[in-house]
Amino acid sequence: MNRSLRPLAATAVIFALAYAASIFQFPGMFSTRVLGNFLTDNAFLGITAVGMTFVIISGGIDLSVGAIIGFTGVLIAVLIGWAGIHPLAAFAIALVVAGAFGAAMGAAIHYLEVPPFIVTLAGMFLARGAASVITQDSIPVTHEFYGKVTSTYWLMPGGGRLSLIGALMILVFIVGALVAHRTRFGSNVYALGGNAVSAALMGVPVARTTILIYTLSATLSGLAGIVFSLYTSAGYPLAAVGVELDAIGAVVIGGTLLTGGYGFVAGTFIGVMLQGLVQTYIIFDGTLSSWWTKIVIGGLLFVFIVLQRLVFSASSSRSKGFWKLKHE
Amino acid sequence: MVDTTMVQGATDNPFVLEARGVIKIFGQSRALDGVNFGLRRGEVHALLGENGAGKSTLIKILTGAYQPDGGEVLLDGEPVHFADPLNAQAHGIGTVYQEVNLLPNRSVAENLFLGRQPTRFGFVRKSLIEKNARELLSRYGLDIDVQAELGTYSVAVQQIVAIARAVELSGKVLVLDEPTASLDKYEVEKLFEVVTQLKQRGMAIVFITHFLDQVFAISDRVTILRNGRLIGTEPLAGLTRTDVVRMMLGKDITFAPAVTGIEERAAGPALVEFKDCGKAGKIHPFSLKVRRGEVVGVAGLLGSGRTEMARLMFGADQCDRGEIRIGDKPVSLGSPAQAIAHGFGFCPEDRKIEGILGDLSVRENIVIALQGKLGWFKALNRDEQMEIAGKFAEDLDIRAASLDMPVKLLSGGNQQKVILARWLATDPNFLILDEPTRGIDVGAHAEIVRTINRLREEGLALLVISSELDEIVAYSSRIVVMRDREMVAELTGDNINPSVIVQAIAAQHETVAAEGASV
Repeated sequence: MNRSLRPLAATAVIFALAYAASIFQFPGMFSTRVLGNFLTDNAFLGITAVGMTFVIISGGIDLSVGAIIGFTGVLIAVLIGWAGIHPLAAFAIALVVAGAFGAAMGAAIHYLEVPPFIVTLAGMFLARGAASVITQDSIPVTHEFYGKVTSTYWLMPGGGRLSLIGALMILVFIVGALVAHRTRFGSNVYALGGNAVSAALMGVPVARTTILIYTLSATLSGLAGIVFSLYTSAGYPLAAVGVELDAIGAVVIGGTLLTGGYGFVAGTFIGVMLQGLVQTYIIFDGTLSSWWTKIVIGGLLFVFIVLQRLVFSASSSRSKGFWKLKHE
Repeated sequence: MVDTTMVQGATDNPFVLEARGVIKIFGQSRALDGVNFGLRRGEVHALLGENGAGKSTLIKILTGAYQPDGGEVLLDGEPVHFADPLNAQAHGIGTVYQEVNLLPNRSVAENLFLGRQPTRFGFVRKSLIEKNARELLSRYGLDIDVQAELGTYSVAVQQIVAIARAVELSGKVLVLDEPTASLDKYEVEKLFEVVTQLKQRGMAIVFITHFLDQVFAISDRVTILRNGRLIGTEPLAGLTRTDVVRMMLGKDITFAPAVTGIEERAAGPALVEFKDCGKAGKIHPFSLKVRRGEVVGVAGLLGSGRTEMARLMFGADQCDRGEIRIGDKPVSLGSPAQAIAHGFGFCPEDRKIEGILGDLSVRENIVIALQGKLGWFKALNRDEQMEIAGKFAEDLDIRAASLDMPVKLLSGGNQQKVILARWLATDPNFLILDEPTRGIDVGAHAEIVRTINRLREEGLALLVISSELDEIVAYSSRIVVMRDREMVAELTGDNINPSVIVQAIAAQHETVAAEGASV
């Protein structure tokens, strides 16, 4: 098996086992109703994590995503509630603003040669600060369009409801996987993560690709902000605090190497679902603190990073069967 | 495609790529000083020179990585300007480096076609790319799974993939920068088959290596650089290995031996003895005794195993066979710390990376090995540090404005003296110096040679590696010669002179024996 598939396979096996064990304990978890809620509750996280997957495969990191969700949520609430703009127009504005913000971060990373960690940390403070300057409070959104959207769903066999935002997340994952594995842009992202110097020598447009990656991540965070706004029917500047870390966690658990170059969008989907599974289990149990989610995710992350290290160091030492002369 | 007249008469072809009077200046030194270089269609042209000779600078100018400060580059007789390597590639010049510059995380097929993948409706046509990749590689005699990650293949396969990509994209000139440094013998043969095939197809190939055997095996002409200057471009047919080594090291056979009254001190017991020590793939087993009060010089070209030997002796790498004895007791050197505990010291070849701690002060750099030897519980206080640093700074004439200034601000020669002082402070009995005088000014050079002589008189055992033949014959009591990771000769007495060393480096085993040098 292709070695980069191994962490993904491990994630899939762990998810299947964990889900089977949960069903064994709470047979009620095996239903499309639970699955429907699963997708709806994690839609904003999933959409964000798709963007994060691209960023991490390219060898970068994006800490600004949670703040962008919070900022776009406030922006949309203000545009609809105070300015009286139609939600669809507000969504379009939010996506453009988020995208431009991401492009600016990508440009700073490439042209100023500042590490992504620093640039996106600054981006996080900027977006969170801007949202808090607009308002300190939660602004409710009471547009009839919101009611329509949230009541739109497809009935799945078994009575489960696939909400519009749940379906949107699945669509984003499918498109994301196609872009990553089937387009030149996707190849370039993997190339940057493999070795940026080689990639440049091989003709990869490094500047354009870097800017596009952060634009994509920020735009998807903006989309996640829209989803979050629909999900909560409000805009709150402190919404989605720490989501960047949940997203990074989902990406890594999904088998993407934190050092870049290897990873799968599909793996991130399983990573998000695994987090959702733990949350659902806690709800079913009823006695556990919701913080157990974090403990389980923490444990899983640790296991996966160790696993990746083992898989990659084992296979790289085997492929170089002969010694290497010291470069004098 | 294959034009026999062209192949036979490659020496008459006009230059495809030419450098005329190229100059490159870094800071105050001239890395290239008016170098001419001409490359013809259908030839393999070896480019030789020791470290710092200007090989890589010249290659970087020819492939667009550097811009020349003077002179010009011509492509097919027309002056050209390459903005960057990508631009040079578009003009037909492809480069393959020792460290393969491809993407180990992507498939072989993608590595061949990245940047020019055929697409349909915006989607990459994977099966088409894979089919093309298989066809392309079959022309190079490579039948591999092109869907597999490049990184899972050996370096030799990666080299051939890199060559295939470079030829496909550029197609006029192929620069091979030490392509064989990490290949085994069989892989080198496979690579050479590919190179020969490309040569017959009319490619102009620049071959950089430090393995002389390989130069003679495959090259048509050779250009030799030394200290940034062109020494000569000659057809290889008329040259012997000795000629080439002499040109590289700049030694005439008539050179006057500079042995100045160093009597052989073969008497006396060995301080340290290496018996049949070796490490598979790094250095063939060697035996060597070093006695108090003698300097053992180590001569050999780059990559001949000199540094590998020094690292084994200092415990930086471990022998996988053989025995090390100090006095009469066998010891094991599992780490540099153990070697230091036995009184060893090592000034490495690459001062900046392996030697100095640039941001620490001169004082801290001098006392650090002593402190390491004493252990953390016997911390030297500042006054003690100043006293020790001051003493050695004076002894070795280290010129620093203050002992508290960062050592990176010192000149190369003074940095080298600081490292020497570092080891002298530990009161060593065996000191290994790897290229102690490389890249330092004449005054500091003389100072270091004087210090080596003084330390020998004080009864230290020294092992000094150097490419400077004048220098090494001036202070060595014995000289061992390395070639192809093997100790091939040990020279004593009258044999300590540059011409014998040059012959030993260049010669085959039989001829060394005939020279009367003991192997």
